[in-house]
Amino acid sequence: MAKRGGKYSLFSSFPFSIFPFLRFSLRRAESETMVPTHYHLILSAILFTIGTMGVLRRRNTIIIFMSVELMLNAVNLSFVALAQHWGSMDGQLIVFFVMAVAAAEAAVGLAIILMVFRTKETVNADELNLMRG
Amino acid sequence: MNLLTFIILAILMVGSAVAVVIHPSPVYSALSLVVVMSLLAVYFLFLNAHVVGALQIIVYAGAVMVLFLFVIMLLNLQTDSRETQQSEMKMSAGILCAVLIGELIFLLGGGGGRLELQTSQQQLPEGFGTMQALSERLFTDFVLPFEITSVLLLVAAVGAVVLARRQA
Repeated sequence: MAKRGGKYSLFSSFPFSIFPFLRFSLRRAESETMVPTHYHLILSAILFTIGTMGVLRRRNTIIIFMSVELMLNAVNLSFVALAQHWGSMDGQLIVFFVMAVAAAEAAVGLAIILMVFRTKETVNADELNLMRG
Repeated sequence: MNLLTFIILAILMVGSAVAVVIHPSPVYSALSLVVVMSLLAVYFLFLNAHVVGALQIIVYAGAVMVLFLFVIMLLNLQTDSRETQQSEMKMSAGILCAVLIGELIFLLGGGGGRLELQTSQQQLPEGFGTMQALSERLFTDFVLPFEITSVLLLVAAVGAVVLARRQA
């Protein structure tokens, strides 16, 4: 782990003040083997595929949207795992930007769904076929 | 993070993700997604991503999912009976995703020796994942994406208000 033998600075102890049990488990984990990065990437791939299944199979627009958020979270997990693997903060920075963009996208997308619901009284994607040629 | 913690978190996460996708009621789907995001935040804390883990709770579980739940309750969505796709689309979606997951697991699990992710036990730099380390990168090399993201958030907020207001 990162803080082998170093002091905890004020900012790095921030999550431990909220989750005090983590302090115990993280100190203990220093002597145990770490999970290889492949496992994190495979978990991220599984979550991504579950999100894809949701987008393809469900017809409720809001649940499709939630599956897209699930896919974004899977990619965030992949970025953080690789950031830890290579010891570079760039991965976590990309996660920061992905979170901001996903929040903006969720706000605008839900506003669009609200507007559509006002005119068509449905959120079923099969019935939103005005543009079908 | 040791293997037992990883397995417990992974099983809970995959179970909640499947519940998001499968459950007929939108409210339960949203709550399962909140569970997935909270578990991901715990995951990030174990992976030395302290700021990102806290932000995951604050932004995703605390703002985005609350927005989803507001919209679900505003539209008063019930459990939809005629919900899923026709059967041929369902089957091809299942086959597609089976191929996708097989391909991804093969590739990310080593790629037949092509993916060179040597398990380096290198020492992470001091203060990795703290607020200081993130800000150091964010405000020096990434200041332009940062400013553009703030403009993007402003545009999104204004756009959402304009789109969702009642037509006068």
